Amino acid sequence: MSVIYLDNNATTKVDPAVVEAIMPYLTEFYGNPSSMHTFGGQLGKAVRTAREQVAALLGADESEIVFTSCGTEGDNAAIRAALLAQPEKRHIITTQVEHPAVLNVCKQLETQGYTVTYLSVNRHGQLDLDELEASLTGNTALVTIMYANNETGTIFPIEEIGKRVKERGAIFHVDAVQAVGKIPLNMKTSTIDMLTMSGHKIHAPKGIGALYVRRGVRFRPLLIGGHQERGRRAGTENVPGIVGLGKAAELERLHIETAIKRETRLRDRLEQSLLAKIPDCEVNGDITQRLPNTTNIGFKYIEGEAILLLLNKYGICASSGSACTSGSLEPSHVLRAMGLPYTTLHGSIRFSLCRYTTEAQIDRVIEVMPEIVERLRALSPFKNDEAGWLQAQEQTLAHR
Amino acid sequence: MWDYTDKVLELFYDPKNQGVIEDNGEPGVKVATGEVGSIACGDALRLHIKVQVESDQIVDARFQTFGCTSAIASSSALTEMVKGLTLDEALKVSNKDIADYLGGLPEAKMHCSVMGQEALEAAIYNYRGIPRAAHDDDDEGALVCTCFGVSENKVRRVVIENNLTTAEQVTNYIKAGGGCGSCLAKIDDIIKDVKEKNAVTNLNTKGVNLTKEIANSGQKRPLTNVQKIALIQKVLDEEVRPVLIADGGDVELYDVDGDIVKVVLQGACGSCSSSTATLKIAIEARLRDRINPSLVVEAV
Repeated sequence: MSVIYLDNNATTKVDPAVVEAIMPYLTEFYGNPSSMHTFGGQLGKAVRTAREQVAALLGADESEIVFTSCGTEGDNAAIRAALLAQPEKRHIITTQVEHPAVLNVCKQLETQGYTVTYLSVNRHGQLDLDELEASLTGNTALVTIMYANNETGTIFPIEEIGKRVKERGAIFHVDAVQAVGKIPLNMKTSTIDMLTMSGHKIHAPKGIGALYVRRGVRFRPLLIGGHQERGRRAGTENVPGIVGLGKAAELERLHIETAIKRETRLRDRLEQSLLAKIPDCEVNGDITQRLPNTTNIGFKYIEGEAILLLLNKYGICASSGSACTSGSLEPSHVLRAMGLPYTTLHGSIRFSLCRYTTEAQIDRVIEVMPEIVERLRALSPFKNDEAGWLQAQEQTLAHR
Repeated sequence: MWDYTDKVLELFYDPKNQGVIEDNGEPGVKVATGEVGSIACGDALRLHIKVQVESDQIVDARFQTFGCTSAIASSSALTEMVKGLTLDEALKVSNKDIADYLGGLPEAKMHCSVMGQEALEAAIYNYRGIPRAAHDDDDEGALVCTCFGVSENKVRRVVIENNLTTAEQVTNYIKAGGGCGSCLAKIDDIIKDVKEKNAVTNLNTKGVNLTKEIANSGQKRPLTNVQKIALIQKVLDEEVRPVLIADGGDVELYDVDGDIVKVVLQGACGSCSSSTATLKIAIEARLRDRINPSLVVEAV
């Protein structure tokens, strides 16, 4: 059975051209770029090329790219750097729907004397910019907000946010791990000071990422040691990873326009077909301001992990915001922040596409999903609620 | 992905006994339902049992589950396990039995087996007309975990029944502590308290092995009154009181008159609105099982 991989917001297949680009650096060219001899030194050229390729994808200058090990490191480094550069300021603004790589750092910083404002989102996962405006003070060191949400694909109005942030003199960091390669970005015309990206979300391997740091932004490194990355990130370079990231960035730049059109068309067909064939389901998130590859659909009265396991039987890979799919006992903090009803929340499934997704794969999901939902709803005590159990619970919840 | 056993997957992909049992007014049988969990928590189970009134036997069981793979498999397993059991026998089915039937569950999914055991209890209490919330005291006492609405008594009960030693285990079994985590320290305190009380109980019941000797001698010839009283006292001390004490209550043997055992319920048990159920299920059923099926327990 072939795999139908619709979990590309979790990770992506490494592009064969990326594998090809990496291979020599795993075998023949194994030197250390910091070495004085030619054997190692020649790797510096490959790193420079990759830096140019990544910078080109972001519309940035090569000198503004710092290679990291992953998105989490990029987010951590940006947040710490912004705070260390402005020790007099003790306030941070972020949102309730960030990735844990940002949220958990902020929570830790609260224990270290920082004040953090977590901006709320509405039913469609969008921010209230007036709330942001009201939260910004002269004490705000950093505003860290994601470009696009990993679960719903909702895109925030980053440039509008950045404009307001810059007016108040704070540093603006954007976690763009889900946005890079999926929508066009141009740092030259942007208000963003720092931007995080990750390789394995754009068909590069895991274990490589990059942080864009606008020239002139004061930066204090998270990793301290040698002088790699112009002193902004110590540690021997992951040359195969960097080369792979560079190649993946080049390919994304090449494919982005056609990928946006193609993935949007396939995503919309999947979404509209499922909504038409399956009663009692709804799309979660902002359906106009959204990544072209992502749809998050809540199937009422059933639970996400059970849906995923039945999809798995057909070789279909997707993702869920249900608590049972994670180590946590709480369902997705993103969907909860959006105020989704519990009947939808637990049964929400994310399908995320990529440029390898085919028409036939989408057709297969459209074919099997109604049967899966029907099967689980037949088990559910809430589906028809003859005994009024769900109704009674909803009344109790409404009074909480 | 969770590491599920073949049995869990088998019952998930092909669940047995799903659905509802309608009460069609069939003579000689009664249908009862037990509901536990909630849409907010993400796990809910409605268990239907059909009981043959004369024999007190479960002749059919079906389920409706809102939940994950292991919740569906646990529910299905439960229905298979209880068919043919008398209600007293079914009350002895523990969450561990359900997990064992499935060949084990991931530790973090043990709460699914607890939900099964609780639904079974709820159905049987409903059948017997005993309000469950009042009966088992789970919903009484201080609320420990506000995220999942778990009371101190429920934490105590699961700690005792499953011999849990860490707050993480408690979270895996009944979700308490799995939300904001602010109650984890309180759960640690409860575990510590249960351990200390267990240690005291063990001291008090040293030498209780005599119970078995007395019981064995009883097999050879009828128990004398002295032996019967001693045996009742031992069973109360060894098996009944530790559970009641853990829930904030206690029991004292007052008198034995033939087969009538008179006791005084104390502490939380004395003021509990479901003391009748405590008498009949926690005390009388245990004494009948251990000593003599004709014993009747009364409170004074």
